[in-house]
Amino acid sequence: MIKKGNLHRVFLFLLMALVISGLCFAGGKKEEKAAAPEEPKGTGKVTVMAVWGGQELEVFREMLKPFEERTGYKVEYEGTRDLDAILTTRVEAGNPPDIAGLPGPGKMAQFAAEGKLVDLSTVLDMERIKADYAQGWIDLGTVDGKLVGLFTKAAIKGLIWYRPDQKEKLGFAIPESWDQLISISKNISDKGVAPWAIGLESGAASGWVGTDWLENIFLKTHGPEKYEAWYKGEIPWTSGEVRRVWQEWGKIVADEKMIYGGKQYVLSTNFGQAHAPLFADPPQAIFHHQATFIVGFIQDQFPDLKPGENYTFFKFPYVNSKWAKSVEAAGDVFGMFNKTPEAVALMNYLSTPEAQAYWVSGTGALSPNRNVSLVFYPDEITKEAAKILKESEMVVFDASDMMPGEMNNAFWSAVMDYVENPANLDSILERLEKVRKEAY
Amino acid sequence: MLIQRVFLSILAVVAVPAVLVVYMFLSEKGLIKSKRKSFTDRIRPLLWLLPALLLISGILIYPVINTVVLSFMSANSTEFVGLKNFAYIFAEKEMLIVLRNNALWVVFFTLLTVTLGLLIAVLTDRVKYESVAKAFIFLPMAISFVAAGVIWKFMYEFRPIGTPQIGTVNAILTGLISDFKPQAWLSNRSQNNWALIIVGVWMWTGFAMVILSAALKGIPYQLVEAARIDGANEFNIFFRIILPLMKNTVVVVTTTLVINVLKIFDIVYVMTNGNLGTEVIANRMYKEMFTYRNFGRASALAVLLLVVIIPVMLINIRRLKEGGARG
Repeated sequence: MIKKGNLHRVFLFLLMALVISGLCFAGGKKEEKAAAPEEPKGTGKVTVMAVWGGQELEVFREMLKPFEERTGYKVEYEGTRDLDAILTTRVEAGNPPDIAGLPGPGKMAQFAAEGKLVDLSTVLDMERIKADYAQGWIDLGTVDGKLVGLFTKAAIKGLIWYRPDQKEKLGFAIPESWDQLISISKNISDKGVAPWAIGLESGAASGWVGTDWLENIFLKTHGPEKYEAWYKGEIPWTSGEVRRVWQEWGKIVADEKMIYGGKQYVLSTNFGQAHAPLFADPPQAIFHHQATFIVGFIQDQFPDLKPGENYTFFKFPYVNSKWAKSVEAAGDVFGMFNKTPEAVALMNYLSTPEAQAYWVSGTGALSPNRNVSLVFYPDEITKEAAKILKESEMVVFDASDMMPGEMNNAFWSAVMDYVENPANLDSILERLEKVRKEAY
Repeated sequence: MLIQRVFLSILAVVAVPAVLVVYMFLSEKGLIKSKRKSFTDRIRPLLWLLPALLLISGILIYPVINTVVLSFMSANSTEFVGLKNFAYIFAEKEMLIVLRNNALWVVFFTLLTVTLGLLIAVLTDRVKYESVAKAFIFLPMAISFVAAGVIWKFMYEFRPIGTPQIGTVNAILTGLISDFKPQAWLSNRSQNNWALIIVGVWMWTGFAMVILSAALKGIPYQLVEAARIDGANEFNIFFRIILPLMKNTVVVVTTTLVINVLKIFDIVYVMTNGNLGTEVIANRMYKEMFTYRNFGRASALAVLLLVVIIPVMLINIRRLKEGGARG
């Protein structure tokens, strides 16, 4: 019997040794790399995880240079397009990055409720933050009275892009109201040109472009308070209020004459190329609905076009004039998982106007920090958009991003299903309602 | 921190083998000392097996049991919900589409891949440029699923009528057939599942072909010759002699493909992400797990896959054994 007990212990030890060896092989290598360069000042490092790649990442690296030089800290960046899955897994495994872009305010609230996020008011200079940020942005990053998320860059959603030369040629005025927009669109389609260029495809997130449409129509129909109730799951999808929003959008997207290429094109075209028909010769479409960041995509594809001159935007028209001044925005929100001195320093740096000016001038993003001077904005349209954001009275956040993951996903898919067959609206809304009951 | 890790690494590299050696040494010593020979003979294999068994239970058996347990629990695994997760899988309309898609994949992907593989194996067997032809068919196997998905997404690209078609498939079809309307292959419900299955077939035909071709080469030439002398035509030779002799290999290839296709994920994930009625079980499992954080349903789907795959796997193993015994 005693022998057997010993044996057990041996095996247990053996198993543990194996597990431990696995663990330290996984971690051991990294350590060597980080410890090698001996910096004269600080030698600490801070790990950051976000979705950036390409140009955004270059700008981020530029932004970090002065920080790294000043402090001597090293920033280790890990980029992933599948942030939600990877970050959640890392957090659950007890191995989160020090600072991470959060997949959305919904996920932020979840992490905060689980106590994973550091209260930023204990690490940031709150007086400066309050001077720099509009209360709205602070509120958006606050969960249960704790500031857990800091917005570092922003975009305005619900802008309608067009070419000034086409406006002159077709002779339309900038529409103030939704009805005007619809009637202008009808006039254009009567002339044999498709008024709208829409593309909903976006890999795993296909359909989000449509949620932006619906959110803007909802906001401009029912106002910010209802809007909040909607993403909080307090309004049934099958209610008349929600249904009306879909039907309004249907005036455009359910009418094959209103959309370039018909519904199959809308469903299978990537959002990043959807603006292309506007710039064909002759133009195949007149309007394109997208957030401010589309400027980057247009610049990539048509480097000769001048923003503000060859193309520009107008604000999403109101359905109810009461809500004409409301604006939908989205942004990258950052949270802190480990309160190390290095992470604290970086978080403070990221919130400064100095750091955010990099985003603004490098990527055409907007800064939620109101002390970033307008001179940093690279062109007239981003300046204009920044002004809208600064002056807006009612800023709301992207509703689908605020919904729980399951709801958000179902919303995306529902957009695809609706465009495919608008006659199915009833069953689509019923399905969404079912998810709402489960997800909240 | 660093010292600790270095210490642990050394511990792992040196200590683990050392412990194993000491364990073996001690157990053998104990066994040799023991007087009862029949007992030591019985216990010895067990002692040698034990470390491996422990490892397997730690990394294989325990996760399986845990998954089964989780499949009866709620989304966050805190309360027992009985068969609710399974009821969801078999009752929800959306899930039924998922199951239907998997059935489509299993039947048509397997059928097409095996048939094409067999056909190509038999046909190339008779030509001089066999190796070149086979190399081309086998080439897609070397590409990752994700890359293949991306490639085929370009192939299926859709542009409205009247504009230049940049997707290969539409470009060829509109070029050859004058009144052909370009199709959005991946978003049109009547054809998107087929479009995805074709990608799978394109990737796996090479695999089926190589194995079947090897089996074909193993059939003694005398048999075929004898049949010819007896007056059998080529058709009869294939169906009455070659195919029966290859039966085991065909079954093994088929079951292997079935197991693979039941778990199909990458192609769907990359190309449509399950939108517009193309979702499959593995894709849904990923979503339930990582997007919805519903551990219960994700585990239930995993269990479902496991239950479906086990019988196929058993057939596969049995055939493999038989084949081995004969060969």
